[in-house]
Amino acid sequence: MVYALCFVLFVIGLYCTLTKKNIVKIVIGLTIMEYAVNLFLVLLGYRKDGVAPIVEEGAGPLEFLARSVDPLPQALVVTSIVIGLGVTTLAIALCVRLYEKYGTFDISEIRRLKG
Amino acid sequence: MNTLLIPLLVAIPLGGAFFIPLVSRKVRVLADIIGNLATLSVLVIAVLLFQVRTVYSIGGWNASVGITWVLDGFSNLMLVIICLISFVATLFSSQYMERYTAKYKFYSLFLLMVAGMNGVVMTGDMFNLFVFLEIASVASYALVAFGGNHEELEAAFKYLVLASIGSTLVLFGIAFIYGATGYLNMASISQAIRTGPRTPILTLAVVFFTVGFGIKAALVPFHPWLPDAHPSAPAPISAMLSGVLIKALGIYALTRVLFNVIGITPIYGAVLITIGALSMVVGVFLAVGQWDFKRLLAYHSISQMGYVVLGIGLGGYILASGGKQSAAMLAILGGIFHLANHSVFKSLLFLVSGSIEYSTGTRQLKEMGGLLEKMPLTRATCTIASLSIAGVPPFNGFWSKLIIIMAAFQGGYPWLAALTILVSFVTLLSFIKVLRYAFLGHLPESLKAVRESPALMSIALVVLAIFCTCMGLLLIPGAREMILDPAVGALANGVGYAQAVLALR
Amino acid sequence: MNGMTVIVKTVTRWLKVFIFLYGIYIIITGHLAPGGGFAGGVIIACSYMLLTLAYGKEFTLKRLSLRAGHHLDSSGALLFLVVALFGLGSGGIFFANVLQNRYPGAKFTLLSSGTILISNIAIGLKVAASLFLIFIILSVLRIVLVEDGSQKMIQEEEEE
Repeated sequence: MVYALCFVLFVIGLYCTLTKKNIVKIVIGLTIMEYAVNLFLVLLGYRKDGVAPIVEEGAGPLEFLARSVDPLPQALVVTSIVIGLGVTTLAIALCVRLYEKYGTFDISEIRRLKG
Repeated sequence: MNTLLIPLLVAIPLGGAFFIPLVSRKVRVLADIIGNLATLSVLVIAVLLFQVRTVYSIGGWNASVGITWVLDGFSNLMLVIICLISFVATLFSSQYMERYTAKYKFYSLFLLMVAGMNGVVMTGDMFNLFVFLEIASVASYALVAFGGNHEELEAAFKYLVLASIGSTLVLFGIAFIYGATGYLNMASISQAIRTGPRTPILTLAVVFFTVGFGIKAALVPFHPWLPDAHPSAPAPISAMLSGVLIKALGIYALTRVLFNVIGITPIYGAVLITIGALSMVVGVFLAVGQWDFKRLLAYHSISQMGYVVLGIGLGGYILASGGKQSAAMLAILGGIFHLANHSVFKSLLFLVSGSIEYSTGTRQLKEMGGLLEKMPLTRATCTIASLSIAGVPPFNGFWSKLIIIMAAFQGGYPWLAALTILVSFVTLLSFIKVLRYAFLGHLPESLKAVRESPALMSIALVVLAIFCTCMGLLLIPGAREMILDPAVGALANGVGYAQAVLALR
Repeated sequence: MNGMTVIVKTVTRWLKVFIFLYGIYIIITGHLAPGGGFAGGVIIACSYMLLTLAYGKEFTLKRLSLRAGHHLDSSGALLFLVVALFGLGSGGIFFANVLQNRYPGAKFTLLSSGTILISNIAIGLKVAASLFLIFIILSVLRIVLVEDGSQKMIQEEEEE
């Protein structure tokens, strides 16, 4: 059920990316999509009443395994967030440059390329 | 000793990418030297490692926990192609990129892209694949926008949006796979899928992978970014994007995941055939009407990628539906060989277009003409590449297309063979147009002062032209067993990949 | 660009050091507690962003110039690569944790993790410098009002 909500969030992002005219809104749509996937990944590793996956002094590995949530998706999400940061930054920099050149954020007015 | 070299394939370009901005702000020529040395050394390493089949665990971690890099026939072939094209492109760009400011940034991004692509073809871990995919993609977004003018920025934005959707879908697919099997290592995933039940989640993941990698490979329903992005980039980058990027990030990753990780079924094979045939036809018919040289080449990339996907998909379909083994092998061989050939002649064509643009300042075919006497070398290489892409006998394009056609006949799909031949004729037509308008005819007044491109650029062109002429030799018995057949074997092995990798560990 | 009011400036002057130190703490205890190079780097970059917001860009750039930022950025990445290659050179394995294998430290102490600590520092350096550069470079744009009342963005100066 919760997974379906991630999917809904993803579709919202996709809708925003594909239908909006303002390029900044398109970038926001991309970010929403990214985070829908990140949320999905974190939820995959979730376990009810789990603790944060940090080994503490005195806890044995088996006890740790029995209690903690899956640490791997969290590592993946951190990586994916960093990548998302890079992509978003580049997208925003492109938006800034596009505005400089065309004087507008409207995607329907930015169309020199045809054919 | 050899295993020591494997990490260097990623480490050298990465190190170069971060070292160049440190030193070459003052001494400009250092950027050229480091860039060329880095790509050259990577090429040498890739060739040295060509016969090595191994599994390399990073950090010494056990493969079920850590990241592994796998070298098999297909990876090795891709590595050599990537490194060869990138070396030629850096050779070409040391003079071509003089017109742009901030050349060191160009080399920095270029090497990042090379590191990403090398990583993509080596990795045996799904998430690692995604990370390298994104490194290469982000660098390529920035490189498309490198010129900084109206068209470049627009194309880069379009590319960025579509390709990011693709990456997100890939990540979603990886998440599904992880949820369904609990592994990220490709071999372990493959084993878990084979032994466990095939859940609908896997099908969903395959859909996501196909769309995601399909966007990266610009296969037809997902192609709109390519004809804008590839012509807008500087010529060496167009050569890299068209020559290797769409193959490494798109075709390689897609086939690796479909064939070796999830396992090909007749349905997936049929989807690949459909997409391939569609790309082939749509791409070529859009290309015929173009007057911008680079744009025409970009549309032909879509069409030629269609050949590759058609060949590999046909092989997968025949394999999965239990048809003739020999036909399947032949189809995959055709696909992979065409992939290798396409990367050579398409990068040569893009470099030629860059060379013409460098000398004449235009990309419009209508504004050119009569360059025959002014640029004899460019003309000769352009003719070779055009005949290659159109599939005229002595050159490499002919052989791979012939193999695909033969495989289609043997597998019992004569209509696919007919379609391939038809597309080949249209390709020939559009390249006759290029040769006619660019090199024959009379010279316009404005181009009287045109001279042949500088030495390093010419060397790059000649190297690729030699490859174009000689790559047909790869089909003679000794070379074929050594170079092409391992790659075919790696794909045709299917989910047997898991055993092969686990045995090497 | 003379920055904000005196209240903001005073609070910033007091806070910036603590934010910076907290970032360093997060980086060097990354292998023991939540955090690590990325989170710590972001916090360090935030201290510079706060400085920029309160005092203006010129003030910050005097402390940390764009060129220094670029150099830190590259050297962070290179340091990370050197750690990886060090493993390759001495043990034959890329990213091998050589220090941990040779000098195993006591568990749950600062020096318990071998090269992970160095990697964390490298990542922190890289992330802090990159984020700072991104912030500074994107902040060259300002929205100003032109005569006809519409908003327009101008670029203040050429970005590096």
